[in-house]
Amino acid sequence: MNNFWLPVITLWQRELVRFWRQKSRVLGVVASPLVFWLLIGSGSGDLGRFFAGALVLTILFSAIFSTISIIEDRREGFLLSMLVSPASRTSLVLGKILGAATLAWIQGLIFLAFAPLAKVSIGIMDVVALIGAVFLVSFTLTGLGFVIAWRMDSTSGFHAIMNLLLVPMWMVSGSLFPMATAHGWIKAVMWANPLTYSISLLNNLLKLSSGSPGIGVSLTVTVAFGLALLLASGVVANKKSLVSNA
Amino acid sequence: MILAENLSHQYGSRVALSNVSFEVNAGEIFGLLGPNGGGKSTLFRILSTMMAPTGGRAEVAGHDVARDPAAVRRSIGVVFQTQSLDKALTVAENLRAQGHMYGLSGPKLRERMEQVVERLGLADRRNDLVETLSGGLKRRVEIAKGLLHRPVVLLMDEASTGLDPGARRDLWQYVEELRSREGVTILLTTHILDEADRCDRLALLHQGKVVAEGTPAQLRSRIGGDVVVLEAADSAALARQIETRFGLKPSVMDGVLRVEIANGHRFITEVVEAFPGAIDSVGLHKPTLEDVFVRETGALIE
Repeated sequence: MNNFWLPVITLWQRELVRFWRQKSRVLGVVASPLVFWLLIGSGSGDLGRFFAGALVLTILFSAIFSTISIIEDRREGFLLSMLVSPASRTSLVLGKILGAATLAWIQGLIFLAFAPLAKVSIGIMDVVALIGAVFLVSFTLTGLGFVIAWRMDSTSGFHAIMNLLLVPMWMVSGSLFPMATAHGWIKAVMWANPLTYSISLLNNLLKLSSGSPGIGVSLTVTVAFGLALLLASGVVANKKSLVSNA
Repeated sequence: MILAENLSHQYGSRVALSNVSFEVNAGEIFGLLGPNGGGKSTLFRILSTMMAPTGGRAEVAGHDVARDPAAVRRSIGVVFQTQSLDKALTVAENLRAQGHMYGLSGPKLRERMEQVVERLGLADRRNDLVETLSGGLKRRVEIAKGLLHRPVVLLMDEASTGLDPGARRDLWQYVEELRSREGVTILLTTHILDEADRCDRLALLHQGKVVAEGTPAQLRSRIGGDVVVLEAADSAALARQIETRFGLKPSVMDGVLRVEIANGHRFITEVVEAFPGAIDSVGLHKPTLEDVFVRETGALIE
């Protein structure tokens, strides 16, 4: 058991130490969603409507930032030496994801501290639930980043996926416009988009929108998505070959 | 200690290794010498369990690399060509993380870390961030990392790349000590001739095949006598002329002619007098591993 958890804790700790030593990273991740939120929110006269969307964007940026480092790290770096060690792949995956998720969580919480500007009024228990929900979303998005990054050979490939998949996925998740008023096929896409449920989970807890989907469905889908991604991460990382090309 | 049997590997349709066989005895320093792209890195990746071969088999410390990678991983220390240190962490933090991967922790790990930093002369730098270290020191940390869990086999991929001659000398001193004091078996890849000369035995790798194998002295003795090197404005013409006049077949590479011949000094006077003005420069040397490589492959290593 020691041999399983020791690498997990070590990798988790490594992410935190690195983060602490490069504090300027926080600014890069939190600042741009904050600016987007203030601009769109102020322009539309409703800071509340876009708040959850911007919060998820913060988490998404952090998760992308952390998982993109896997590509270089695995080919020529720290991670490569871990991969030829006896530590199990599963514990390496778990350590990396937990570490990156914790960073996304911290940055999400920093963003959450701006909630009073959105005139959010919630009780202390809601705050506790929100802190948990932000972690859940952080874990999910990190898992998504991991699954994409693990098999990639170049960071430019990741950028392409980010622009063509992750950012559009975020756009049609209820972050910019609610599902209730969406038109045509976009509505169906939103319904199928797991991220929609992350946004509505946060909106429900922030009491910013009571619209569909409800809190129960949102929580269930988000947890299921997170677990599915964790499982997928384990599967891709346990593939035999570590290098796909010369 | 290390065994390769008809080891082959293909990346898609490109053949990187074909039917490579060799054996490394316990306590030996074994070198894989060859140009970049010759198959060294592929072989290294297979032996270090980074990927499974597409054909043949290999064993390290008695375990099959493809069937039982976990057992192989416990037995090997790996020093990569590229940096595998986390630059944002200190030397000690890097080593501690490495120890944890091998299930080492607590006082046992601390004791072992003391030993390796002491051994590699890193004791006063242990709390420095890796990014503040020189290239030579970083290499030493890499080696310390590879040795932390007392592997029986150490695999090093172009370990002295980017090191100045002083640091390279130090590195070799550690490598030789490690073998003589602790009996560690060492396999290294290199394209540096000096380095290859210090190995106990070598395999010359070219286009995915082992073209020659033996001790450096055995390999050199394949060439009888001396090597004469000639440079000429029209090297191809000179080669033809030498062939008709002396019945020798010089190899021509990058405009340079090489002739293997006993009593090279006599040949030099003859050849210079035979083609006055056609030769720009003349050199004579005892056979090097490069000459052996040229003889076996018709190509240069570097």
